[in-house]
Amino acid sequence: MELFKYGIKQAREFIQANNEHFLALQRALVERAGTVDKKVNAYVSFSSSKLPTSLNQLSGGPLHGVPVSLKDNMCTDGWETTCASNILQGFIPPYDATVISKLKDAGAYIFAKCDMDEFAFGSSCETSCYNGRNNRKKKANASATRNPWNVDYIPGGSSGGSAACVAADEAVCSLGSDTGGSIRQPAALCGVVGLKPTYGRVSRYGLVAFGSSLDQIGPFTKTVYDNALLLQVIAGHDPKDSTSAHEPVDDYLATINKGVKDLRIGIPKEYFRFKIREDMPEKELMGNEGLDYDVELRIREAIKVYQNLGAKIVDISLPHTKYAVAVYYIIGTAEASSNLARFDGVQYGLRVYADNLREMYFKTRDEGFGDEAKRRILLGTFVLSSGYYDAYYKKAQKVRTLIKQDFDNAFQQCDVILTPTSPTPAFKIGEKLDDPISMYLSDIFTISANLAGIPALSVPCGFSKNGLPIGMQLMGKYFSEATLFQAAHTFESATDHHTKRPAL
Amino acid sequence: MKFDIEALAQLARIELGHKEKERLSGDLVNILKYVEQIDELKTDAIEPTSHVLAIENVFREDEIREDSVSARKVLDVLPDSSKDGSFFRVPKVIEGIE
Repeated sequence: MELFKYGIKQAREFIQANNEHFLALQRALVERAGTVDKKVNAYVSFSSSKLPTSLNQLSGGPLHGVPVSLKDNMCTDGWETTCASNILQGFIPPYDATVISKLKDAGAYIFAKCDMDEFAFGSSCETSCYNGRNNRKKKANASATRNPWNVDYIPGGSSGGSAACVAADEAVCSLGSDTGGSIRQPAALCGVVGLKPTYGRVSRYGLVAFGSSLDQIGPFTKTVYDNALLLQVIAGHDPKDSTSAHEPVDDYLATINKGVKDLRIGIPKEYFRFKIREDMPEKELMGNEGLDYDVELRIREAIKVYQNLGAKIVDISLPHTKYAVAVYYIIGTAEASSNLARFDGVQYGLRVYADNLREMYFKTRDEGFGDEAKRRILLGTFVLSSGYYDAYYKKAQKVRTLIKQDFDNAFQQCDVILTPTSPTPAFKIGEKLDDPISMYLSDIFTISANLAGIPALSVPCGFSKNGLPIGMQLMGKYFSEATLFQAAHTFESATDHHTKRPAL
Repeated sequence: MKFDIEALAQLARIELGHKEKERLSGDLVNILKYVEQIDELKTDAIEPTSHVLAIENVFREDEIREDSVSARKVLDVLPDSSKDGSFFRVPKVIEGIE
């Protein structure tokens, strides 16, 4: 196997404190990025001169010598962090995010920083300022990240670069962030494994905030096993993040081979278009009309795989599913509008000069923010404004309670919930960019997990007729990441979807 | 749904061009129409969720810590600072003082 194809497990076995091997793997990845990133555009910041030249420069640890690529919204000491926004061009953080410190303590190093939707606002990577049409310096030919399986298609988002670099084998693994599906949706669309941990499992310190009650950092990997390895390193309480959980971190690899015979897998009818099982009456079925036929077929096949492996399949209902997107676009934009107030030309990145301070704010924010960022800031400002707060923001918080209760009830009957990750495979570049609601609906199956705070993982489960990857989502109880890895690893071991790689 | 895009832009401190105002107003109207579907639900007796986990305020002593980022390092990355690099520099805030 070529070295650049290695996941974390193989990289670890190969490096084994051998400096020649460490350098050989690094060289292979640098060459690979040089060849494929011209097409994929996953990396916004990559320079081989920034890479360590010897294993001695790294700490020893479980990831000794392993390169990790990072979504460009995680602060990296001395390394520009832009959130793919014009307003953060030139911002060089003076400190490392906690996840970066943890990676470095475990012996890993930063390989490159990845493209994303601007401030993680989007589901296609197209709102990135590295996309020519959004670039303040009018680099019209520049392109945001493309799907490695077919470069006419979007990679998903917002962590599109983090998903694409792993799928294109120009990274061993990467980190992304997920506020409404931003890890799981691109993982599904690019055919890799992506996890959004339980809210509070991974420190948000140094992650540029979008929706503070929703955001989580999580791993993108080539296998479920690798995902467990990487979460093990970045999880845990952090005194620097007051919302990080005191819950002990499980040993994720200890239970990964346990199989699924003792698991009850819930299938929520609201996530499907047709009858889930033959014995169900037609009228019971809430037709989810946005669900692509190929996606539905692959998910049904996955359910069969689990049945054959001995899992108990249970019909469940999550009755408030259809309100999730609406609730999310109130709460998420409200939180975003306050978090983005700090970008005003004074402390970070871009400043557009003006005669007085107030005018400087207005001009900096006008030139610095792209369309989708402005849309969300304005919407968030509106739902929080006097006179509308109760009708929108408070109402949405109440419906959030109902959505959370749906999961509490469902998990009385099952251990894991299985759904499609995204209602469709990757769509074409430009297809949804000017239709915000249709773009928002591509997160319809992933948003609920953020609103409830539960962990959810996307794992490859096949392909569409035109060869684009499809992912299934497994959602679990609070802090049950070990169970998700156990269920996903069992599926992966019984199938070969994860072994397929795009031809680039 | 009626709202004043100009007033919102003022609150959000964003300058918007004329065409931009029109386009964003249109988008906002559509999005608000979509999110208003939550009005179908009766929620009088439901408590709002602002945060999913039971969390408490976290306090610590206000003291200089060894792992703190130095002020120097922060000042170095500002968009603009005074010549000696020890202050944030911004345009004039108070009118009429030379």
